[in-house]
Amino acid sequence: MTIRALVRGAALFCVALLGQMVAFVALIGVLASAVLGMVFLFPPVVRLLRRTTRLSRRLSHAWSGVEIDEPYLPEPGPPVPLSDGWYRDGRSLYRTPRIPAFNRRMNWLLKDSATWRDFGFLWADMWAGGLLAGAPAILVALGVFQLAGGNPIGLLWPVLALGAARWYAPWAVHAHGVIARVMLGPTEKARLAQQVSRLARARTDVVDSQAAELRRIERDLHDGAQARLVAVGMTIGAAEELMESDPVAAKALLAKARDASSTALRELRQLVRGIHPPVLAERGLADAIRALALDTPLRTRVTVELPGRLDAPLESAAYFAVSELLTNAVRHSGATEAWIDISSQGTKLRITVTDDGHGGADASHGTGLAGIERRLGAFDGVLALNSPMGGPTTAVIELPRALQTVRGRPPVTWRTVTMGICWSLCWIPIFPQGFVAMILKLVGIEEKSWFLALHLPEPFQWPTIIGMILLGAGMLATAATLSAQQRKDKDLACA
Amino acid sequence: MRVVLAEDLHLLREGLVHLLRAHGLDVVAAVESGPELLEALVTERPDIAVVDVRLPPTFTDEGLQASLTARKRVPGLPVLVLSQHVEQLYARELLADGSGGIGYLLKDRVFNGEQFIDAVRRVAAGGTAMDPEVIAKLLASNARNEPVGRLTPREREVLELMAEGRSNAAIGQRLYLSESAVGKHTANIFAKLGLVPSDDDNRRVLAVLAFLNEK
Repeated sequence: MTIRALVRGAALFCVALLGQMVAFVALIGVLASAVLGMVFLFPPVVRLLRRTTRLSRRLSHAWSGVEIDEPYLPEPGPPVPLSDGWYRDGRSLYRTPRIPAFNRRMNWLLKDSATWRDFGFLWADMWAGGLLAGAPAILVALGVFQLAGGNPIGLLWPVLALGAARWYAPWAVHAHGVIARVMLGPTEKARLAQQVSRLARARTDVVDSQAAELRRIERDLHDGAQARLVAVGMTIGAAEELMESDPVAAKALLAKARDASSTALRELRQLVRGIHPPVLAERGLADAIRALALDTPLRTRVTVELPGRLDAPLESAAYFAVSELLTNAVRHSGATEAWIDISSQGTKLRITVTDDGHGGADASHGTGLAGIERRLGAFDGVLALNSPMGGPTTAVIELPRALQTVRGRPPVTWRTVTMGICWSLCWIPIFPQGFVAMILKLVGIEEKSWFLALHLPEPFQWPTIIGMILLGAGMLATAATLSAQQRKDKDLACA
Repeated sequence: MRVVLAEDLHLLREGLVHLLRAHGLDVVAAVESGPELLEALVTERPDIAVVDVRLPPTFTDEGLQASLTARKRVPGLPVLVLSQHVEQLYARELLADGSGGIGYLLKDRVFNGEQFIDAVRRVAAGGTAMDPEVIAKLLASNARNEPVGRLTPREREVLELMAEGRSNAAIGQRLYLSESAVGKHTANIFAKLGLVPSDDDNRRVLAVLAFLNEK
């Protein structure tokens, strides 16, 4: 555990070092494009920056347990030609889309604050989080270097580093992640921009499919039940006329009218099932899915773990998604068994549909799966399909915030900033200004370096050293308390 | 025969009361909500209850729940449930106690007064009346079931009618067969499905439904 954290800390420091070099290269690239007009250098430089910070994000998720979302603004679409085939960009017209597309990309990269925050992070990483995480490794290296130079004090550093590593190393690796999140995570603005563009897309999809659905219902009613009711009315009218003159024929006509009304009812029933299945309205998602499972020819096992009923539109989207997946399993997969599992994690609803068929399903083929994705998209839901050749097929539907609507916690607040500052700076008073100064004073070395306490007159030295250690500890405690509070808020929001 | 009726639509309720009375049945209570129904069932102890699934105040499956609760308090209380749609799930819940006296029909079945009254009488006598659509769904979901697949088309027809709750005589009348021919078919069906044959019509139907519900 400790050794893993030590190695990770060292690796994080190396990554920070690499980032520092990338930052240098990027600086040259930015200067070249800004000062020398070599603008074509800018997009590759940003690409390089993003690739490097992506690595940091990945590592902080994998090693520090701190998840950092990508903060970038959504990429602009390709330029759309005018009616005469030319492309407009500002006041200029272009024959090909190349230059307008480049300008759009430039604008997108240049105006995204995340580009510049990435740049800043790469400059700062080595001096903040990287140094913090890599401190034990650096101390060991320093000791080895000094020992090799014949200086016995070199033995002190590795002993100190490895002695404290048990508590320090895991904490430092986590702290690196927390600091990285402050600089690499999305700002509220970027988060909103991403959400707006996703919502706009989802809204268009929903409005379109809703309109198509209403048209289909109208057509079905017009050609089906409505027409049949007209026929029923006419038949009854005819029977009425024949009642006196030919009662037998009238009776036959009435029987016909009855049959026609039965057919109309059957059609209406099917239509209703397609709009909102009655069992869903009566019993909710769990029982509706159970009813669905009973109706399929597959042997289907359903497990449900839900605290209560969901919102009706969500229930309906989830129901039709499962229904479509089961229909696909019956039609295309050759499956004999299926498993449906519905569970909730915090506010997230997760539905897994598995069958033992021969697999090979592809979400990009066929309208059914695309329809499901569109419908789920309106609720920020996603469908993940895993269907290797030879099976089995597993489809996972995830609907975030299905069980309760909670507004997401803004990623950067004063609390996060205070926490980041405390995490990243608390080591300065504790170690160099505190412990190191103390050791130098105890050993009696004359070197004063940048240790504040040693520059002061004798009577103030000890109080300052102790004060420094207390200050550092206080910052550490503040940071830890804020972290715990944040985690608790998050858990509460998820409950 | 004393009947309690629960239906929230005034027009339909009046129509049903009229139909039942025209066939000599005594409608002792015609109610329009779930709580009223439960109250009427427990106090009146009718020979049969005719119940709409969806009733106020929740307009969900109030009628079904009230019927199931009443059957727990008054075991074997015959209940005929009417609905705009049929679900295997509900049929299963109704049949779960295995004691018979259960009917589950689509509302359109009241169009044919004779057949509807026949179903009411059958259920009141402790028999079963399942809607052909329920049976069709049951058979469809058993389509890949090995023993059901081995039945001949004629045997399937007999099975469908038997599962609806009809007696051999009624099945014979429907399919233009002699009663003994139907008896032979039912014996074959029971052999193929691996069920123990029974002379008692009701028990026979429940065995078949339990088998189909096993999926």
